Amino acid sequence: MTAVDASEDLVAVPDGFEVREVEQFLFREARFADENDYDSWEALWTDDALYWVPAGGADIDPINQVSVIYDNRNRISTRMKQVRTGKRYAQAPPSNLRRIIGNIELLGGRHNDEGGVDLEVGANFLAFESRQRGNELWGGRTTYRLRRIDGELRLAYKKVVLVDNDKAIPTMAFLI
Amino acid sequence: MTAVLDDLIHPDKVHGSLYTDQAIFADELRKIWYTTWVFVGHESEVPQANDYVRKRLGLQDVVMTRDKDGEVHLLLNRCAHRGNQVCDDDKGNSGSFRCPYHGWTYRNTGELLGYPYNQGYGGKNKLELGMGKVPRVASYQGFVFGSFAAEGPSLIEHLGAAAGEIDRLVGLSPEGRVGLSAGWLQHKTKANWKLLAENETDGYHPQFVHGSIFGVTGSPIGALYSDSSTAVTRNLGNGHSENDLRPEFRKFDEPMRWFGTTADRVPDYVAAMRETHGEDAERRMIEGAPHVMIFPNLFIAEIQVFNIQPVAVGECIQYATAVQLAGGGELNKRMISQSIGSVGPAGMLLADDTEMYERNQRGVETLTPEWLDVRRGLHREQVDENGFTIGTATDETGMRGFWAHYKTLMEA
Repeated sequence: MTAVDASEDLVAVPDGFEVREVEQFLFREARFADENDYDSWEALWTDDALYWVPAGGADIDPINQVSVIYDNRNRISTRMKQVRTGKRYAQAPPSNLRRIIGNIELLGGRHNDEGGVDLEVGANFLAFESRQRGNELWGGRTTYRLRRIDGELRLAYKKVVLVDNDKAIPTMAFLI
Repeated sequence: MTAVLDDLIHPDKVHGSLYTDQAIFADELRKIWYTTWVFVGHESEVPQANDYVRKRLGLQDVVMTRDKDGEVHLLLNRCAHRGNQVCDDDKGNSGSFRCPYHGWTYRNTGELLGYPYNQGYGGKNKLELGMGKVPRVASYQGFVFGSFAAEGPSLIEHLGAAAGEIDRLVGLSPEGRVGLSAGWLQHKTKANWKLLAENETDGYHPQFVHGSIFGVTGSPIGALYSDSSTAVTRNLGNGHSENDLRPEFRKFDEPMRWFGTTADRVPDYVAAMRETHGEDAERRMIEGAPHVMIFPNLFIAEIQVFNIQPVAVGECIQYATAVQLAGGGELNKRMISQSIGSVGPAGMLLADDTEMYERNQRGVETLTPEWLDVRRGLHREQVDENGFTIGTATDETGMRGFWAHYKTLMEA
């Protein structure tokens, strides 16, 4: 099986992406997630979105193996609707969160289904979560795919590989 | 312990210390987890000769192996020399294991094969040692259980009526087999394991804990656990219990409604079922999969299987996976997708259950009113045509069955 994000399928970094703008976009996405700003966060996604947190390895087959999250745009919407009810108890009250993103690299370009080329970006993160259960430090590697639509950067793909995704992890109901 | 348990477990209430007392937890390890039949894994996780996978049984690090003749073993991951961990990979394929500390090697049956510089022991084959093994290993429909008691009830005696529920799941496969080959989500839970076991067939909570997701998806699941539902909660004996949803599904009489779909949307599967099961296929596809808690740690929630293992008095791990039906065609990928949405650390159902378990654990650590009430529906319980005690969809009949069996084991 070819991994969904095999690096050998990457092409050159497409034109029209500037590293400072890309960083600012990633920081904004992180802030929306940290502040549980569900509307702003959801609005970043493209219609062909994929939000993926694999389990038991970084490069599992998400169709035939279980993941922690494998959301298309429709399921992202369902997830957001659930949490907005205020009765998604795993996030009601919401976690207090802050994360740091670093080691940001423009990895290349990746052809998308719309005939364009998305920018693929890699970054590391540490997220500190506090809830009544206790404090939790989450860490990992994120791969993003960004696309420019009507002049604005949008998020088409976010894969979060937790460092400890081969172990038991606590409830992760916030936006990682 | 007997006198103490008589004080702590009553037909209508159980004491909070059962979830918080270190001594009781230590006793449970001995009398339940290291005595009775405990679910460990599935044969489909070691499909080929010499496959192995690391598992937990209680606090034990266990290697489930399939030997060259096809037999499944549960080895304790400990070298007979100085107790080092022998197997460090999570899974793989090997006929033998080599302890990294001093190079002792073992066959995947646990038998000692050799030790380096053997003159230190007077030559080869001089030691009557081997890896520890779970003394009794047995499978039912591929579900592998282990018992540390060298003697006792057989697995089939332990399963009793719950075996029929596993059969019901397997009966949804056009080839009469299920696999648990889609990997396991591992969900760390800061709660006593019994809060989970009790919740699995508690039909009272879904409308409240899961109202948020039922509401936004328009799910019909909530109605199955309403006050007017015709579903029943059944004490299957030996601590096992089920929410029998079949009365509701029979009422609608629609194949695949149990899976939230219709027959025309999964045509290959439906055709395969009719091919194999003839006229009985319709009944199977109408009645759907079981919702059964098998004491102490196997929960089959229709299309998901959970393996619950304790870590400490206030902590356990839920391992969850999607059932895969042999010959299930397009249904199998859908079962994986649905399971990802529902269970595990971010699941839109189980993350909320787990939040409740953890809040419940903090609750029972407070001092009063001391007791947990399990009397719901006690006054309206009935005995069904097979002699099992049943309650309505929202009654605590399953919990009472759990505690009755728990008490029997703990007093033994």
